Amino acid sequence: MSADHRNSQFDIAVIGAGVIGCAIARQFTLEGARVVVIEKAPDILDGASKANSAILHTGFDAPPGSIEASCIAAGHAEYLKIHERLGLPLIKSGALVIAWTEGEEQRLPMLMERARENGVEDVQFLSAGQTHELEPELAEHVKASFTVPREYVIDPWSAPYGYLLQGLANGAVIKRNCEVKGGRFDGVRWKLDTVQGQISATTVINAAGLYGDIIDQKLTGSTRFSIKPRKGQFIVYDKPASALVKHILLPVPNDVTKGVVICRTAYGNLLVGPTAEAQDDRVNAALSETAMTALRQRGEEILPALADHDVTAVYAGLRPATEFKDYQIHAHEGLNYITVGGIRSTGLSSALGTAKLIYQRYLESGEAFQPPATIQWPRVSNIAENYPRDWQCEGNKGIVCHCELVTRREITEALEGPLAVRSIGGLKRRTRATMGRCQGFYCSAELAKMTQPYFDAAGSTVRSHAGIN
Amino acid sequence: MPGSTEQLAAHGPACADGLSGMYGPENKADVVIIGAGPAGLAAATELRRCGVQSVVVLDREPVAGGIPRHCDHYPYGLREFSRLLRGPAYARRLVAAALAAGVRIHTGVSIQSLTSGPVLTVTSDAGVRVVHAQRVLIATGARETSRAARFIGGTKPGGVVSTGALQGLVHLEGITPFHAPVVLGTELVSFSALLTCRHLGIRPVAMIEPGASTTAFWPARWLPRILGIPLLLKTELLTIEGESTVSGVTIRRPNGDIERLNADGVIVSGHFRPESAILLSSHIELDRQTGGPVVDQFGRCSDPDFFAAGNLLRPVETAGWSWQEGKAVGHAIAQSLEGKLPGLTTGIAVELAGGSLKYVVPQRIVPTDVPPALDSFQFRVSHKAQGRLCLSIDGARKTVKSLSAVPERRIRVPLTVLPRSPTGTATFELVESDR
Ligand SMILES: Cc1cc2nc3c(=O)[nH]c(=O)nc-3n(C[C@H](O)[C@H](O)[C@H](O)COP(=O)(O)OP(=O)(O)OC[C@H]3O[C@@H](n4cnc5c(N)ncnc54)[C@H](O)[C@@H]3O)c2cc1C
Ligand SMILES: Cc1cc2nc3c(=O)[nH]c(=O)nc-3n(C[C@H](O)[C@H](O)[C@H](O)COP(=O)(O)OP(=O)(O)OC[C@H]3O[C@@H](n4cnc5c(N)ncnc54)[C@H](O)[C@@H]3O)c2cc1C
Repeated sequence: MSADHRNSQFDIAVIGAGVIGCAIARQFTLEGARVVVIEKAPDILDGASKANSAILHTGFDAPPGSIEASCIAAGHAEYLKIHERLGLPLIKSGALVIAWTEGEEQRLPMLMERARENGVEDVQFLSAGQTHELEPELAEHVKASFTVPREYVIDPWSAPYGYLLQGLANGAVIKRNCEVKGGRFDGVRWKLDTVQGQISATTVINAAGLYGDIIDQKLTGSTRFSIKPRKGQFIVYDKPASALVKHILLPVPNDVTKGVVICRTAYGNLLVGPTAEAQDDRVNAALSETAMTALRQRGEEILPALADHDVTAVYAGLRPATEFKDYQIHAHEGLNYITVGGIRSTGLSSALGTAKLIYQRYLESGEAFQPPATIQWPRVSNIAENYPRDWQCEGNKGIVCHCELVTRREITEALEGPLAVRSIGGLKRRTRATMGRCQGFYCSAELAKMTQPYFDAAGSTVRSHAGIN
Repeated sequence: MPGSTEQLAAHGPACADGLSGMYGPENKADVVIIGAGPAGLAAATELRRCGVQSVVVLDREPVAGGIPRHCDHYPYGLREFSRLLRGPAYARRLVAAALAAGVRIHTGVSIQSLTSGPVLTVTSDAGVRVVHAQRVLIATGARETSRAARFIGGTKPGGVVSTGALQGLVHLEGITPFHAPVVLGTELVSFSALLTCRHLGIRPVAMIEPGASTTAFWPARWLPRILGIPLLLKTELLTIEGESTVSGVTIRRPNGDIERLNADGVIVSGHFRPESAILLSSHIELDRQTGGPVVDQFGRCSDPDFFAAGNLLRPVETAGWSWQEGKAVGHAIAQSLEGKLPGLTTGIAVELAGGSLKYVVPQRIVPTDVPPALDSFQFRVSHKAQGRLCLSIDGARKTVKSLSAVPERRIRVPLTVLPRSPTGTATFELVESDR
């Protein structure tokens, strides 16, 4: 098949390269479909998937029987199965759900029961004393807790990148800077109008995250949900703070708020967050001093020793929440169109499972493909702390970002390698450059020099990547 | 100064190699100095002058010289070379002086960890190596506090930089990141930002200072006025706005009004912090107040094989001060190698009481007749304060002097305020007079 033919004759067009779109692209490609991923941003993971807590959830607290619960369980299992082959990190931290008040303590048995209902059988109750034994830095007033041993920490960016990379290595195509503006279904195929011209595919999968409802409207004329972005702000402590805890510390959720999580990151930091704030803006996740100060205070209430540690980074993300609790997955009869919307707060965990579910949904009306004879397993360069890093190897060309130990070779690879980054945001997510304690004080100049030829060629201005923060 | 440029150039290729084969297969030196800024280079030169055989300076940047490399403005060099120099020329002179004294400098080498021995783990293009020394000087300088660490709200567009990053972009790479930024802060470095802006034809729209007066003294009086930049005192920067680049900021004026300023960038200047990253994971004791290591009057750390000098000791001093400190601590290291320094065990701790003193250096004094490297206690206050600076030793309290102090200005008290053989703890307190 000629390249031209491939490009114009897709089986599947996935709109959106968030974690969900990346996982779906991988799934369908490995099933044998010819897939195009269409993303409006210059780089992947520029929407909801840009910023999250990076926890690989078990789904222990998901509503039993929900689509979400089953996707998380399947996604968790699949990640464990494939992460080593793709070179993706897994930090087997486990989690503690901690009760700080009597009211919360009374809710623990109910939550443990729900966990078992969700197939998470290995939860275990701990008294205050046992909790302290496991996590000595916790504040005195712990009432009780239970463990969720298989809640893990992963790398929120290399995971979806790995999924898409495997899709690409097996024949998928990605179009970036390629906003979908509209489209028509002629009874056989879709013709999508994008800013880069028309793209034709038999089936369209809407994985547009924070724009899921808008894409539904544009392509099918209606939508069954509306996105109500919910902001989550985080503060990130410098690396020494991560030695204070071993587990992910989860709060007991109540009806008002899910509460504040304390969690190590794959990069060796400690994060405290998120908030949950409804807003209309789908683009900007603005930080607020009050929220950041409140997180700092809450963090110190949970782990008093945090008072002696520095916050080095802050960020905020937007959850694609809707008026519904569950995921919004709809196959539109006779339209060759599947909506994968409202993946609000567990998409990183569920993505691989969601992708499997979408393939099953597809098979209900579409035909199976011919899987490729051999499957390629590309490996992602590691940026997580507990695994070997490039700076430890010969020929790394020296370190550019001193705080996160990002080498010149890693940056060059991100700029020139597969799915080369085209924006400073993309470069940060791929390499972590500038995301450490100095936030660009030392390396902005060197990075600007290295990236200028690449990003200018892609149409970005110097100004947009010179100021790194 | 053609000589220094040539030497630098000749030094270039060797730098690219990082550590490979540069000082013998065993990677050993009498003294290894971490950081080729004014403090590290001054110490290295002094160590050679004192006859120490192998003195090696390691720096993680591609070029030696430290921060002044990209501070393309005056004033540098008066104390060291008795002439007024711009930063880059000053940095080249420091490097040339060190090389001429027989110091070996290796760039592109980043120190990752410190352990007793002293043993250093370093990384470069050659991967990870181990380096042994008899003494180590840590002179890794200080950096400005980021927008993130200050909890400034709003979005995260491009175009928000520290002064250090701005000067790097401008002087090292020739990039103009914005045309009409807001400058946050009025420390010395903030005026350095103004000079850099002027150099490029950048017109800051305002200089914003939360305090009631500018933090720095001498340039503050005239520079913004000459440049026609509004100086907004008692004004807080609330949020930064913009998607891919800054579109404006919101500020709170002294009367409580919230205003919006159009701007296409923000220079978040000052609030220096010691670059103590390698100390965080080490066995060396840190002082929460300075953010640097605890040192005695010789610049010795809690592990007496390690010394520290320059802005790592405390935020923040001038290059000339750091250079002077480096030179003096370099001399002390030479004495230490000759076994002339007293043991650390007998020292007394120097502490602070009350809320207005922010830090003190040195934090430990060892009774001895050997002249100190740091000959005075250095203090800073956290807010404008007036009163008596008192010293208590073992319950006995005396007034050292009366003091009227503002943040970020030098306060010095000679070490000789201490009795000859002090015991216990020396506690300084600024007892504020009623206002
Ligand atoms: C604060 C916070 C904490 C979280 N913590 C966790 C966690 O710990 N664990 C976990 O599993 N999950 C977590 N999540 C949830 C997870 O991040 C989301 O569920 C997930 O990112 C949703 O991904 P998505 O692919 O559906 O959407 P998105 O990432 O938004 O992807 C949609 C993509 O579509 C593109 N697009 C939109 N419109 C168009 C168009 N017209 N044309 C072309 N492309 C278009 C967008 O640019 C975007 O890249 C968290 C989320 C937040 C906000
Ligand atoms: C924007 C700006 C403008 C200034 N303007 C003036 C001025 O006009 N006049 C003046 O007198 N002073 C000025 N200063 C202050 C002056 O630059 C400092 O006082 C001086 O550089 C301090 O010297 P130092 O040797 O302590 O540290 P630095 O100059 O910061 O040198 C530290 C060196 O250590 C290296 N290093 C750090 N960590 C490691 C590691 N782990 N491994 C290897 N190497 C490492 C760094 O790469 C750096 O080269 C300015 C500072 C700034 C930021």
